[in-house]
This record gives sequence, C-alpha cells and structure tokens, in this order.
Amino acid sequence: MTRHTMTASLLAGATALTALPASAQTELTMYYPIAVGGALTQVVDGLIAEFHEAHPDIRVNSIYAGNYDDTRVRVLSAIASGDSAPLSVLFSIDALDLIEQEMIIPFDQVLETDEEREWLDSFYPGLMANGQIDGQTWGVPFQRSTIVAYYNKDMFSAAGLDPEAPPANWDELVSMGLALRETGPYGIMIPSTGYPYWMFQALATQNGMELMNGDGTETYFDDPAVIEALEYWVSLSAEHDIMPSGTVEWGTLRQAFLEGQTAMMWHTTGNLTAVRDQASFDFGVAMLPEKVRPGSPTGGGNFYLFEGASDDEYRAALTLIRFLTDAERAAQWSIATGYVGVSPAAYETDVLRAYAEEFPPAIVARDQLEYSVAELSTYEGARVRDALNTAIQSALTGSATPADALAQAQSIADRLLTPYR
Amino acid sequence: MNDLARYERRRRIMYGWMLLSPALILLSLFAFIPSAMTFWSSLFSRGTRRNPSEFVGAGNYDLLFADPTFAKVVVNNLIYAGVTIPVSIIIALAMALWANSKIPARGFVRTAYFTPTILPMIAAANIWLFFYTPGLGVLDQIGALFGFASVNWLGRPETALWAVIIVTIWKEAGFFMIFYLAALQTIPPDLKEAADIEGASRWTYTRRIVLPLLMPTTIFVAVNALINSVKLIDHLFILTKGGPSDASKLVLYYIWELAFSYFDRPQAAALTVMVLAVLGVTAAIKFIILDRRTHYQ
Amino acid sequence: MSDALKSGQAPLYVMAPKRSFRPRLTLALDTFAAWTLAIVWIAPLLFAVWAAFHSTSDAVNFNLAGAWTLDNFRTAWDGAPWMRYFFNTFLLVSVVLAGQLVVTTLAGYAFAQFQFPGRDVLFIIVLLQLFILPEVLIVENYAMVSRLGMFDTVFGIGTPYWASAFGIFLMRQAFKSVPKELDEAARIEGCSWFGVLWRVYVPSAKPTYLAYALVSVSTHWNNFLWPLIVTNSETTRPLTVGLSLFGAPESGVNISVISAATIMSIAPLLIAFLLFQRQFVQAFLRAGIK
Repeated sequence: MTRHTMTASLLAGATALTALPASAQTELTMYYPIAVGGALTQVVDGLIAEFHEAHPDIRVNSIYAGNYDDTRVRVLSAIASGDSAPLSVLFSIDALDLIEQEMIIPFDQVLETDEEREWLDSFYPGLMANGQIDGQTWGVPFQRSTIVAYYNKDMFSAAGLDPEAPPANWDELVSMGLALRETGPYGIMIPSTGYPYWMFQALATQNGMELMNGDGTETYFDDPAVIEALEYWVSLSAEHDIMPSGTVEWGTLRQAFLEGQTAMMWHTTGNLTAVRDQASFDFGVAMLPEKVRPGSPTGGGNFYLFEGASDDEYRAALTLIRFLTDAERAAQWSIATGYVGVSPAAYETDVLRAYAEEFPPAIVARDQLEYSVAELSTYEGARVRDALNTAIQSALTGSATPADALAQAQSIADRLLTPYR
Repeated sequence: MNDLARYERRRRIMYGWMLLSPALILLSLFAFIPSAMTFWSSLFSRGTRRNPSEFVGAGNYDLLFADPTFAKVVVNNLIYAGVTIPVSIIIALAMALWANSKIPARGFVRTAYFTPTILPMIAAANIWLFFYTPGLGVLDQIGALFGFASVNWLGRPETALWAVIIVTIWKEAGFFMIFYLAALQTIPPDLKEAADIEGASRWTYTRRIVLPLLMPTTIFVAVNALINSVKLIDHLFILTKGGPSDASKLVLYYIWELAFSYFDRPQAAALTVMVLAVLGVTAAIKFIILDRRTHYQ
Repeated sequence: MSDALKSGQAPLYVMAPKRSFRPRLTLALDTFAAWTLAIVWIAPLLFAVWAAFHSTSDAVNFNLAGAWTLDNFRTAWDGAPWMRYFFNTFLLVSVVLAGQLVVTTLAGYAFAQFQFPGRDVLFIIVLLQLFILPEVLIVENYAMVSRLGMFDTVFGIGTPYWASAFGIFLMRQAFKSVPKELDEAARIEGCSWFGVLWRVYVPSAKPTYLAYALVSVSTHWNNFLWPLIVTNSETTRPLTVGLSLFGAPESGVNISVISAATIMSIAPLLIAFLLFQRQFVQAFLRAGIK
C-alpha cells in the first residue's frame, strides 16, 4: 500500500466518520418484552451492538419494557403521547386489536422489491399465521415459541420408568405421573397463571378442537371437546393428585422444576437455555402428549411497524428486522434462549447444526411446529383471554365446574365479539 | 386616608390571588379538569376502526353493571376496606399503647412496628411473595414443621384476597401507630393517677378515658385507612395481578386494567366517576359532620 | 424475663399497694405481647435480608447454617441499571419537593395572611383535593401529561404532586401561628410582602418544612402506580418501577436475587431511617396531626 492511497483512504474514512451523524443517522426506538427467565436483555443488547457495527448509519434504542402486556401498554402510551416508535416486538396475537385501533401498518407498505417480498416466505408458515390478516402481513416472527414438556430423567429412573420414553399421550401422562408421585415429587405441573389460556389451548388442540375461528370473531369455549380438555386438566390434581391443587405460578415454575418439586413441567421452549444452564440433574425435552392428535399453539412475540413514522425510519426498521431475523442471528438467538429459530435456514447454519447435535432438545420445538396451531387471537383479545383465564382458574381451584366456567367465558366472549361479526 | 386603605385592600386582594395562582393552576390541571374530563368521556363509547365514538349517555355505566368483574371488584374492595380499616386501627392502637408503656427495649419495639411503613409497597410485596410461594415459601416451611399441608396462598380464590389484605395491614398499621402515639402523649398523666386512686382497673381506664380522648385521632386514622383502601394496590402487581379468577382484584387495579390493558378508556372513566362519587361523599361526611366544630379560621 | 419484671417500676402503681403483684404481671404480659408483635412485624424484613445473603437453595430450604454470600447482590446489580434508577428516584424526589415547597408556601401564605373575597370557598376547594386522589385520576392525568408534552419526563411524574392540598394546609397552619407583631414589625421596616414571607414566615415554619420534606421524600421514593404509567424508559424510570420490572414473575423469579434487589433499593431510605429515627418519627407526627 503506498503512502498516497493510505492517506486517501484515511481521509475518506475520516470524512465518512464525521459525515455520518450529521447526514444519515436514523434513530429507532424499539420496545421489547421478555416472558422467560435468564439475562435476555444482555442477549438483545449484544445483537443490537452487532447491528450498530454493521449499520453505523442507524442508531437503535432498545427498551426492555416488562412482559407482553406491559410492553403493549408502553408502546401505545409512547405513540399516544406523540413519541415515535417505528417498530417494536409485541405479542404475536395482538395484531387484530392493533389493526382495529389503527396502530400498525402492514409490512407490504414498506417492502419495495421482489426480493424483499420473498423474504416474507423464508419463515416457517406456522409462525406467520398470527401475523397475516386480510391478505397482508402485519407481524414478522422474532421470539417465537411452542410449549414443550420438560422432564427430569433422574426422577423417571427412580420411579422405574424409561427416562428415554416420556409420556406420548394423555393416559400415559397420568399413569407415569402416578408412578412418579409414588416416589415423592409431583408428576406434572402445568402453569395456570400468566398465560393459562395458552396451556389450555394445547390441551384443547390435542383433544381435536381449536378455540377460535380464523377471523378472530368466534370462540368455541363451551364445545364439548374443549370442556373435556379442561376436565382432564382439573383431574390431574383433583382426581389423580399428580399436580398441586390451586393455580401453578408461571414465573416460579422453572424454579420449582429445578428444585425437584415436580418431575415434569409444561413450559415455553423459550426457557430451554435457562433450564439447561441451571439444572443439576439430567433432563429431557419432549413434544406434548396427544389425545386425538399432537398439538401446541405457537406463542411469543412478533415485530410490528407502528403508524406515524417517516419512510426513512420504516426503511431503517426493516433493515433492523431483517438483520435480527436472518439465519445466523436467528440461530444465535435460538441457542441463547431456546426460542424457535424462525426460518428453516436458521437450522441449516453450522452453529445451530452443531448445537443440535450436541444438545438434541434444541430442535424439539421446531419439530413440533408441524403440529402447531395459531395462538388464541380474537378482537378484544386481552379481555377474551382474561375471560378464558378466569374460567380456567375457577375450574382448577374448584370454585366452578369446567362446564359452567367455560359457559360463562363463552358468554362473555360472545358479548365482546358480537360487534365484530 | 380612605383612598389609601382602599388601595391597600385592593393590593392585598391582588397579591392573594397572585400567591394562589400557581396552586390553583396546578390543581386545575391535575385534579379538577381531569375530573370533569373523566365524567365527560364516560358518556361516550369507545371509538374503533369499525365503530367511531358516539354519545351513549349512561351506556358505559350500563355495561359496567352488566360486567360480572365489576361486581366482583366492588365486593372485593368492600371486604378489603372492611377488614383493613378496623384491623389496622386496632393493631395500631395496641402498638401505640405498648410503645407508650414502660416495657423493656421499647426503642426496638417502636422501630420494629414502624419500619414496614417506610418500605415501598413494591418491596413489601416482593418480601411477602417469598412467604407465600407454595412449596418454597416460608409459610409453607413453617407449616410443614407442624405437619400442615402446603397451601397455595396466592393461587386459591379463598385465600388470595386475604394474603393481599395481610400485606396492607403489615404496611400501614405502624404508620397509624405514630398518630396514636402522639395523641397518647398529650393525655395528662394526672388522669392516670386519678384513675388509680379511684381503683379503676386498667381496662376501665383505657375504655373510659383513653379511647374517648383518642377519638379525633381514630377518625383521622380511619379516613386515611379508607383512602388507602382505595389507592393502595401496588402489591397486586407483584403478588396476584388480581387473580386467580379476579378473586383479589380491587377497583383501582381494574380501572388501570380497563384503561391500560384493555384500552377501554370510557369504561375506565365510568368506573373512575363512581369512585370519585364515593370519595366525594366521604369528604362531605368528613368536612360537614365530623369537622363541624373545627373552623378553618 | 426477670429483667422485665425487675424493671417494672412506675411510681404510679405505688398508689395502689393492695395490688402490688398485678402490675408486675400485667407488665410481664404486656412485654411478652409487645415483643411478640414486634418480632412478627419485623421478621419478614429480617428474613428478606437473611435470604439476600444466601444461595437460593439455602434460602428456600431454610438452611440456617448455609454460607453467607454476596453473589445475589452481584447478580441483581448486573441485571438492571440500578445506578440510573437511584439517580432517577433522587432527581424525582428533588423535583417534587422543590415544586411543592414553592407552591405550598405561596398558597399557604395567601390563605393564612391575606383577606380577600372567596378565600374560604377556595380553601374548601383545595381541601377537596385531599379526596380527589391523583391515583384515581390516572387515566385523565396521563392524557393531560401527554398533552403537555411531559410524558416520560421527570416533570411528568412530579408536577401533578406540586399543588399538594396537604402541604398547603400544613403551611397555612404553620403561618397562622406566627405572631402578628413580627409581621407588622417587618412591614414597618419596609419589607415587601415577599420580604416578610421570606424573612419572617419561612424561618418560623422551619420545623413544618422539615416534617413536610421528610413525608414528601419518603412518599415519592416509594410511589409506584403513577410513575409506572408515565415512564417509558430507563432514563426516567424510578427505583420502584425498575424493581417491579426486575422482579416480575416473567423474569423467572429467583427468590434470593429478588431479595437482594429489594434490599438494595430500600437500603438508602432504611439506613437513613435507622440513623434519624427520632427525627423521622417526630416529622411524621408533626405532619400528620392537625
């Protein structure tokens, strides 16, 4: 390299550096939720730092804002008071209400080239289900999950069960649970605070019934198959005593599993890495058992684009979203958390391949995607979900029968949804 | 001279208003205008893409009365108030009597009673969460020593509200104790001497002399406890989030949920109006009946 | 216990020699009951402190012999920007207090020393605010703060509390007890109304100011619901909101770490309280009693 060219490149570099903040730096504020344990804020900070290196013209201010509900409040508050938040991660099931309140814009408005439009096809279709409405795409998957069964292999062995054969159906879940209960710990814990409707949706799906129609205007809470699913859940504690009575706390369940209070737990796959890091025993991860079919809802957060930002901001937001969801980053994110890698390409990367080889539970959630259904999503979503949550908790705590509780929830949902039909 | 006096008087009027204006502007901005706006917005339906907002009169109130959760939170709040107010007062009174008596280590006792008061409710809730967690929690561990089965305090409808009530009492009793302590110290010691000479028992002395003298304090404390029973809901965010099945949901928490979780501002407004009405009646009772003899001069 | 009995004294009781035994018994019972209640009352806090210094499994298994550790504090400290939260809370209580002192002083002075038509009606209106709780008006106050462009700012959290009816009431009471002669003397010396306020009234109300300041600081140090609603970012979020986020069940509650975070965030106020206990209690007394 000659002295001359070196000076030139230094000069060019210097001008580029000084020019950047003045000319083209776009600022983005992004809110995101965390619903599982572990130091995920640090993982997100790390990804954002990588992004800053790759795209010095965009500055991202990422704000951790609590759980999904808290984060929705924060984003909508910010927009209502005139602050700009071009993109954020919110509950994948918030799309209908966000559209109804005219808060978000479809990605189709921002995508310009065919290449960009094809990018939307790179994700698992199951993860796109909640975000595609009226032929447009409103949400792009990021921290997405399914429910998986974690089980304590040591306890399985101690109870004389095969640690490589977790329960494959409802009957086995009960019989193995009873065997485990004989040795002391609870057989299974299914969390019933936080997101009870989500766990329940898994049971209903396994029993062959979806909880809502595709338009989010009808719910089927009082369908016999749905009632039967809740009766099964209740029977785990009331009849078989393999689950504690009352509600099981979503937040402390991982701790309870790690402390050996229960031999199995159902939880989001987003907890996988935290469990792996902290478990002092050998544990396995399995798909949820089936009744008439296997099944779990998808869950978790999508990227949304919010009303009121400038074209530049939307383009910058798109750059960020594409960066965070590309195969390498998705693989990295999946390894750091346990969340599903959002595209098949993520599972083709060397890192994730190597990881899955060393730690097979890492791909259980992906395999389960094949049987997954869209998460419960309706208009007036928060209230409809709360009505169902209340019903589930009433049944589990014994203050109402499953049939009565679900009939009540259905009547509330009908009242709320009538204006949208 | 007369002119000067009139000028002086006018000047004082002007100064009076000038001095008051910051307070009045702020009170208008953050108390009176919002109150009026709350009432106004409670008369309109919520606007959505399909159904723009329109005047519905009492429609939002009708919706609330048809809403089973509304009835539930009102009953919960009545229980919450009905238990926390008298129990806090009784405990506070007992604390004050003890903290004022000549027992050993009185300093420690006072500190112990008062310390919870200075904690944020959020911190108090975190501490108590530890106590209530089934299996892991301290209460369960203690119960297990005596052979009791594990109780899911926060996860059962029968116990959740009570668990919340206990934290409230723990937090506020020490605060009320201070007021009683102050009042007790103003009771002249010769009253006690006289009672002793008369041979009155301690119970008689307390009931006939101390309690009546403490009446104004009790009213003051009761009003404060009542206000707390409306506004002290921070711990719900940590302990139960109003669950299970709304068993521990209180009115203000529901207002928050309606407004910021369901984005149904009009119904939140309707509920707020009802709370303001209840508080207004309380204020009227306090100012007109209880303070009749107090002149704000 | 024998100490308790021995120190039972109270010359008052000498007046009733017939029952010399009963006062001692009563005192013993009183002591026992008072101590029991005190221990029950302080135990949760002591337990949290103990748990904060032990590993999670020691804490949940009640292992009193477990080793002491600072790990929980390290984990908690790394888990959130606590310095920023402390600073925010500090800034918040300062802004609230400064605004309150100015507004309530002026208004209290007006109510105490100025005669003008409508004054008494105004005073009742101000007192009404004791019952129109800011907490109840969260929805409209949030809208108002947004309208004024103060959303997610320290002023957005603070200003709604500036015109404190309680403070105005206190200042009015304090100023009313200032002797008229002092006021007149200052006037004769040519002080303006402001001079009189500054030189005569404010100094004489010092104890009230101190009391009010302590009450205000501890109230706003602990406030949660309103800051939760109007803050959106780390740069404004006070400790209480930060703590609730940190301890949210979704973060997979680790009991010892949460205890550590809790202890950490209450430590400044708690230590201040233990050091200045007497003044603290006196301040509360003065502020609360009408």
